[in-house]
Amino acid sequence: MIPALTIENLTKQYAGGFQALKGISLEVQHGDFFALLGPNGAGKSTTIGVICSLVSKTAGKVAVYGTDIDEDFAAAKKNIGIVPQEFNFNMFEQPFDIVVNQAGYYGMPKTLASQRAEQYLRELGLWEKRHVPSRMLSGGMKRRLMIARALVHNPRLLILDEPTAGVDIEMRRSMWDFLQKLNREGTTIILTTHYLEEAEALCRNIAIINHGEIVENSSMRDLLRRLHREVFIFDAVDDLPDAVAIPDFGVRRIDERTLEVEVEKGQHINEVFAALSQSGIRISSMRNRANRLEEMFVRLVEGAK
Amino acid sequence: MSLQEQWVALVTILRKEVKRYLRIWTQTLLPSAITMSLYFVIFGSLIGSRIGDMGGFTYMQFVVPGLIMMAIVTNSYSNVVSSFFGSKFNHSVEELLVSPTPNYIILLGYVIGGVSRGLLVAVIVTLVSLFFTDLHIHSFTVVVVIVLMTSILFALAGFINAVYANNFDDISIIPTFVLTPLIYLGGVFYSMDLLPDFWATVSKLNPLVYVVNAFRYGVLGVSDVSLTVAFGMIAVFTVVAWCYSMHLLNTGKRLRQ
Repeated sequence: MIPALTIENLTKQYAGGFQALKGISLEVQHGDFFALLGPNGAGKSTTIGVICSLVSKTAGKVAVYGTDIDEDFAAAKKNIGIVPQEFNFNMFEQPFDIVVNQAGYYGMPKTLASQRAEQYLRELGLWEKRHVPSRMLSGGMKRRLMIARALVHNPRLLILDEPTAGVDIEMRRSMWDFLQKLNREGTTIILTTHYLEEAEALCRNIAIINHGEIVENSSMRDLLRRLHREVFIFDAVDDLPDAVAIPDFGVRRIDERTLEVEVEKGQHINEVFAALSQSGIRISSMRNRANRLEEMFVRLVEGAK
Repeated sequence: MSLQEQWVALVTILRKEVKRYLRIWTQTLLPSAITMSLYFVIFGSLIGSRIGDMGGFTYMQFVVPGLIMMAIVTNSYSNVVSSFFGSKFNHSVEELLVSPTPNYIILLGYVIGGVSRGLLVAVIVTLVSLFFTDLHIHSFTVVVVIVLMTSILFALAGFINAVYANNFDDISIIPTFVLTPLIYLGGVFYSMDLLPDFWATVSKLNPLVYVVNAFRYGVLGVSDVSLTVAFGMIAVFTVVAWCYSMHLLNTGKRLRQ
């Protein structure tokens, strides 16, 4: 199967001399839900910009479904749908026109474009707002409008650059459902996000980019498996004694009803419960202190410094 | 993209452009009608009646072609410069840049959009002028060809200005400090015969002289410059502007990082 995206030794040096990408290589398989993560200024948006022709590369090769962008960029672009980080539509235009026009730029006749626009605006809950000037839409609606616009030509590869930034939790969850449905139906998705729980929940494979270099590229499962230590927060029903100790576990009392426990790889959380139960401590709830991927991400990015 | 898909893309850009200037018609169509009416009243009726004939025509008849051409030039230019710069400013130009639409279709779409506004305003100004004087077209072919060539040329010039502009000041500098003086010194209100030899020679470096005089020939049948030279000059300027605009789009200068 031809990969959805192949990047080989991609380099980008800006006019001022800043090297945003230092020869990165990456492959995203068809049907994947792929996370491209990294801190601000790491090179994520530059990479995406090169793929969709908003940034000119300095060197390297990019192919979308086997089509080299240097040989036939138009053919490559037909396979790509892009949802950028910043709002990039005319705020005075109406959502329906924005989506229909985008279809027109891909050569889609107006009748078909109107049908597709209706389909995606309905699916993304924007149909009622189709004739409202776009500037009147909420932040979440604007993000969904950009998704509808990116999908109108039915791309095989959808690239989302922080699609849920500034979106409320309920809306984010519904966008996750929508994206998972799209992915199940065969659309390859590349996602950049600062919400690492989002990447962990949605993506099967992951690349972490830092200072223009790929510092990690593996499956999400393998990456998380390498996490050696997790920290859990336990909420007690009653006030905790001043000193709480559990043999072989690092324990810290946060306040009168909250405990923090470090669980190393190979240890079992049942032992923590057993020890707490023996001490007469009843637990009402438990959670990870930080998202697991976040822990790994921080470790990788810190390690690269 | 197939030819049919390119046609769809072109029509889409054009439809968007026309919709844009019709939506804000009080800013795009109305001002020219009002300004030109004032020119007709002040220069044509009030002052013109004291000036007498020029080139064998009443002063009103003499200035009408120049004023129509002035409206075409300014509207073709300002439509493209404001629309394309606006799309650069709000980043909506990226909608086009990420699509497979070829660069020449993008340019053609914006240029035809500018030409269409230039022509629409020309019709409005011509209708207004009929309240002040009679117009008899000397050569319909010359009128049509020169109007199309001129509006294409200045739409392209507007495009180049938009690509280089960094802010809204930059899109008003050229019209204010270059285009307007060239128009006023391009023989809209006077015949070159009235100028001393030196200034008449200097005026021939002004491309607007050829545009205004060629159009005046089409309407009145008189011109201060050779029609062949006028068409030749406009054609050369247009080809150069087209090639340079395509160069800007192909290299992505000021459009892509």
